[in-house]
Amino acid sequence: MKALILGFSLSLAALLPAQAAVTPPDDLVRSVTGEVLEIVRSDRDIQGGDTAKILALVDEKVLPHFNFRRMTMLAVGRDWRQATPEQQAQLTDAFRTLLVRTYSNALTQYRDQVIEFRPLRAGAADTTVQVRTEVRQPGAQPVAIDYVLERTDAGWKVFDVIVAGVSLVTNYRGTFTQEVRTGGIEGLIRSLENRNRELAEGAARS
Amino acid sequence: MKKRLLPILRAGALACGVAVLSGCASTPRNPDDPLEGFNRAMFTFNESVDKAVLKPVAQGYDYVAPKPVKIGVGNFFSNLADPWIGLNNMLQGKPAEALSDWMRFLFNSTFGIVGLLDIATPAGLPKHDEDLGQTLAVWGVGEGAYVVLPFLGPRTVRDAAALPVDLSGNQAWRLDHVSTRNAFRALDVVHTRAGLLGADRTLEESTFDKYAYLRDFYLQNRRYKVHDGNPPIEYEDFNGAAAPVAPPLLADAAAASVGRLELIDPTAPGPPGNGPGLQLEVTKR
Repeated sequence: MKALILGFSLSLAALLPAQAAVTPPDDLVRSVTGEVLEIVRSDRDIQGGDTAKILALVDEKVLPHFNFRRMTMLAVGRDWRQATPEQQAQLTDAFRTLLVRTYSNALTQYRDQVIEFRPLRAGAADTTVQVRTEVRQPGAQPVAIDYVLERTDAGWKVFDVIVAGVSLVTNYRGTFTQEVRTGGIEGLIRSLENRNRELAEGAARS
Repeated sequence: MKKRLLPILRAGALACGVAVLSGCASTPRNPDDPLEGFNRAMFTFNESVDKAVLKPVAQGYDYVAPKPVKIGVGNFFSNLADPWIGLNNMLQGKPAEALSDWMRFLFNSTFGIVGLLDIATPAGLPKHDEDLGQTLAVWGVGEGAYVVLPFLGPRTVRDAAALPVDLSGNQAWRLDHVSTRNAFRALDVVHTRAGLLGADRTLEESTFDKYAYLRDFYLQNRRYKVHDGNPPIEYEDFNGAAAPVAPPLLADAAAASVGRLELIDPTAPGPPGNGPGLQLEVTKR
């Protein structure tokens, strides 16, 4: 019996490194989108717009695969350098809340679209790859949605989503730069936090 | 006065273009949007028209029309646009794509019951997205300033100039029978608007300056279409204090777009739509 347990734990130990091996970026995107959309498709509450439930789903399944610090840096742009580490953390936090809140709502719109993955063009040594997908919907033009991932110690992390050629992250740069110009980094943090508060209150009311 | 100003403006624009290229936006005004005052006024006007008329009608259509009807309507107008898309592909030197578009039109108009069904896409003839504005871009015409047209919405000056020709090239918009034509136009507009209803809330909530967000979205999306889905993308690193290091990103996509850029405008000092070309455009006006 002891030997059996020992053998079992040994084989488990042998298995562990294999499990820790990094999931390839395209497989990662495929499994996460597949899993999330499967849940959305079968959950009436989510389709009906149950914000709390959607946020919980996104929090659990989607967020671990994103690098929000890099996303925020790209959205803020040049002004990121003059932000203190505390301000950078505040910005990252506020921007994550905004993105999660607004784009989670988009999930409720999901009905009969089909996601097609286009072949991945990347070498084994690449540390940044773009996973390209096409969302098809009968009677409408297909929409290209690309996920840009970077390799980190904790596996591949998404740091940009490109919809129809438009980076949802860098598209914020124009407005963010404007905010920093008028109110400094603090002004941008305040604007983001105000917006998040408005959205939270709006969600609580509805 | 004008003559004396021009060289100064041009030098300023060049400097700014170089600054933009090197990633340093030093001018307070958005270089992509010299007409911002007018544009914001038009944007507000369009928003109120949409809120009062177009959006409610589109919501009604979305609510009343069953899904197969909506799909049929979408396919129908999409089909009528294909010959013009094919012609533009031909004008851009892409005969294979052009032939594919015309085959689509033939198949879908006949076997697809006057275009209500899209049987060409599953048969391996993909839908393309081309218009005269993109053709002009491929020929080397700069995009010009961003402009918001009343009722029609965001355009660049180049695309606005091409718009009348584009509309007359679309079969649905040039029928002889006036009342049918008007009904078609209205249905086309309402159907298109209905397709965007889902994005409304996200757009409304995700930004604190909807005008600027939409402008940047439109411009990026146009450049993407001009490059047929392979626009040059580069991610900077703003972490260090040193000059940004260009990461070795998307090497193949970048290489492909460089090839395209050279075809588009060999005389441009930088990637089209990325700064200098646009700057010079603006000051010439």
